Amino acid sequence: MAVTVSIPTILRTHTGGEKSVKASGSTVAEVIDDLEANHGGIKGRLVKEGALHRFVNVYVNDEDVRFSGGLEASVADGDNVTILPAVAGG
Amino acid sequence: MDAIVAHARRDHPDEACGVVAGPEGSDRPERFIPMLNAARSPTFYEFDSGDLLRLYREMDGNDEVPVVIYHSHTATEAFPSRTDVSYASEPEAHYVLVSTRAETDEFRSYRIVDGEITEEQVEIVPEYQSSAGVFPE
Repeated sequence: MAVTVSIPTILRTHTGGEKSVKASGSTVAEVIDDLEANHGGIKGRLVKEGALHRFVNVYVNDEDVRFSGGLEASVADGDNVTILPAVAGG
Repeated sequence: MDAIVAHARRDHPDEACGVVAGPEGSDRPERFIPMLNAARSPTFYEFDSGDLLRLYREMDGNDEVPVVIYHSHTATEAFPSRTDVSYASEPEAHYVLVSTRAETDEFRSYRIVDGEITEEQVEIVPEYQSSAGVFPE
């Protein structure tokens, strides 16, 4: 299952500056593991204690995975996965 | 600046938030985009996640970046809170803070990089032309 992952500016240090990279997996968790295998250190920026970090949003196509199963959300061949830092504060 | 302050005043007592986008690499804030505070709170703001995705897709399509990311504080000074710093994830952006706690406007700007806050001077310039090509590089 090949997917395209959009990488936000803040995480491009892990992808050699690339805005978008290929990865594979049938769930968001598998895609993140595959990203980690090729772009070491990125997983720690996305996942904390087995769940998506509060500070990032992950989308499969147009769907925020927080509302569709989180790390277990399924990903199909050709999907676009977008990672965006939450814009929030106090 | 006037538009940001007006947005902050309008949404008081909730926090207001938004961005001013500009061409990538230009550091010129040109396109004012007020956002909805999905938290609708006097002490927290958050862009709605669907709005955020649409915003970044639109900026990407225009080769724009968020040059300014602004929000208001409704009862405290215009200085980044600990929460603001923990969420700040655009090292190239100018984080603008407005306070609506008093009648006098407070409008200040910061860089927030790796948890470090650096205040910067705010300089008011005539409005930038937003159509590309007006300023040939």
